[in-house]
Amino acid sequence: MKIVTLVKHVPDAAAERTFDGSDNTTDRTGVDGILSELDEYALEEALKISETAGDTEVIAVTMGPQGALDAVKRALQMGAGAAVHIVDDALHGSDAPATSEVLAAAIRKIGDVDLVVTGMASTDGGMGVVPAMLAERLGVAQVGFVGEFTVGDGKITARRDADSTETVEVRLPAIVSVTDQINEPRYPSFKGIMAAKKKPVQTWSLADLEVDPSTVGLAAAWTAVETVVARPARTQGEIVTDEGDGGTKLAEYLASQKFI
Amino acid sequence: MAEILVLVDHADGAVRKTTSELLTLARRAGEPSAVFIGAGYEAARETLGRFGATKVYIAESPEFDDYLVAPQAEVLAQVAAASQPAGILLPSSPDGKEIAARLAVKLESGVITDAVDVSADLVATQSAFAGAYAVTGKVTHGTPIITVKPNSATPEPAETTPTEEKLTVSISDAARAARVISREPRQASGRPELSEAAIVVSGGRGTGGDFGPVEALADALGAAVGASRAAVDSGWYPHAHQVGQTGKTVSPQLYIAAGISGAIQHRAGMQTSKTIVAVDKDPEAPIFSMVDFGVVGDLHAVLPQATEEIGKRKG
Ligand SMILES: Cc1cc2nc3c(=O)[nH]c(=O)nc-3n(C[C@H](O)[C@H](O)[C@H](O)COP(=O)(O)OP(=O)(O)OC[C@H]3O[C@@H](n4cnc5c(N)ncnc54)[C@H](O)[C@@H]3O)c2cc1C
Ligand SMILES: Nc1ncnc2c1ncn2[C@@H]1O[C@H](COP(=O)(O)O)[C@@H](O)[C@H]1O
Repeated sequence: MKIVTLVKHVPDAAAERTFDGSDNTTDRTGVDGILSELDEYALEEALKISETAGDTEVIAVTMGPQGALDAVKRALQMGAGAAVHIVDDALHGSDAPATSEVLAAAIRKIGDVDLVVTGMASTDGGMGVVPAMLAERLGVAQVGFVGEFTVGDGKITARRDADSTETVEVRLPAIVSVTDQINEPRYPSFKGIMAAKKKPVQTWSLADLEVDPSTVGLAAAWTAVETVVARPARTQGEIVTDEGDGGTKLAEYLASQKFI
Repeated sequence: MAEILVLVDHADGAVRKTTSELLTLARRAGEPSAVFIGAGYEAARETLGRFGATKVYIAESPEFDDYLVAPQAEVLAQVAAASQPAGILLPSSPDGKEIAARLAVKLESGVITDAVDVSADLVATQSAFAGAYAVTGKVTHGTPIITVKPNSATPEPAETTPTEEKLTVSISDAARAARVISREPRQASGRPELSEAAIVVSGGRGTGGDFGPVEALADALGAAVGASRAAVDSGWYPHAHQVGQTGKTVSPQLYIAAGISGAIQHRAGMQTSKTIVAVDKDPEAPIFSMVDFGVVGDLHAVLPQATEEIGKRKG
């Protein structure tokens, strides 16, 4: 079986994240980047499947600037067998439809992919739409917000934790996006870190994917940011220390604000 | 006037409050047409008219329940192709976002998710980076597709009698690829729905696993109960109640956090609440930096006392 996991390189949420003042895109140079934590769950699940099913290839794919290579490396250290890094200056500022077009082209180029596992949303843009767009472009089934799934007999049985809890069956090939409830991602072991150095990383440009550069990037985006305004930081109000009357004081505050 | 499509969010015809919010927002930008997909239209008719739907497209079939969202995206694309609307509004639920994503590709249109406001010219406001920024944006290509978060507008009635157009439903084989074997409906707790509630009381690791004091305070205030991921991961409260980046986003009038330190991923789900109150025994807990009122103390003492005092005041 051939499994692709999509991993995105994102600004670390623990850092001060901001926008690039010149074009209102996410600032990806001023802050440390990491492999999106929510994509680690996708990779972990792919690795678990490959470990139990045997004869399974796990390929990590990322689209992003030069620095996104870090995400690919981390994925290889965790245990992916090979990786693809899609990098091209024309991609800067791509929106979700363009991203899905490029990722779809990469999956086609890899060829014979049985299963694509993704995170439920990227931790920066966080739209949670790329997996469904990809399914639409590739014409394959997709199940989102999966909290548990099994693969066998050419199909997947998944528990989808969305508006209600659903048990869903889909035939392969398929796209599954997983939640952070599905597993506990592993840390790369020393052995994994050493082994990663020898694993193949392919670097693909838009030309390699035969994607027309004029259909991606900021200028071709189907949405445009008009304004970005930092919300005034919330200021600290009154803090009281409980001296046996903390609950009463809390109730008094709620009453003063007309909540009671 | 321009037609705005609104996807109706319902369970067997019981229309969710988000739909009346979407219809209210759509009226700013044009004439709302509701798109009803699924079973039970009779039960929905009255609500759709009350909130100003001038037209309803009805794709009524129990078959939609047998599949995930792909068939619904097909219906919406069909309606959009025929009616050429000025915009399409959907709820920012898991299903709503996946439908919007598919629709964007089908219609070659831009999509904006998680809007907290939509203006008359379909400019959408979003919160970015855990609520630290307000971003406005517009769809510049195709038909604007916008998913809107719950509680983004106050539903305003505007009585109409909608014209009804029944659609002939044909679901493609591709859209039948993801088959639903079984479905467990959301469990009703008797409390308000988390993402729609005016008041939310949440508990975290500091509860030590006992949500009793949190639930009691919630009930005294008529509030919904939320939980941090630490509490959910410990198995103390169901995941459906998780507030934060990978749980629900809430924006109530009042949010009370008890035994929750205030990690960025938790703040992402509650930062836009109007009033924030915290009870935590650690005076250095980051949550205190964003509260309107805070009590440093043990929640097992503070919450029950507050609950009792509220009871007294209510008489
Ligand atoms: C990708 C990702 C997504 C995430 N998504 C979410 C999410 O959606 N929602 C979420 O909540 N978290 C999320 N997290 C986890 C988040 O980073 C924190 O780990 C989590 O919010 C901590 O929960 P907590 O505040 O309950 O626990 P802690 O951080 O352990 O805080 C417990 C607090 O309780 C206080 N306390 C202890 N005992 C008492 C007592 N008796 N009385 C009063 N106070 C007491 C302590 O002083 C402390 O401040 C996510 C993390 C990642 C990496
Ligand atoms: N640039 C990218 N490179 C690789 N994977 C991506 C990229 N963007 C999105 N994804 C995948 O799609 C998922 C949802 O992303 P999003 O729709 O941006 O929230 C992520 O968790 C990733 O698995």
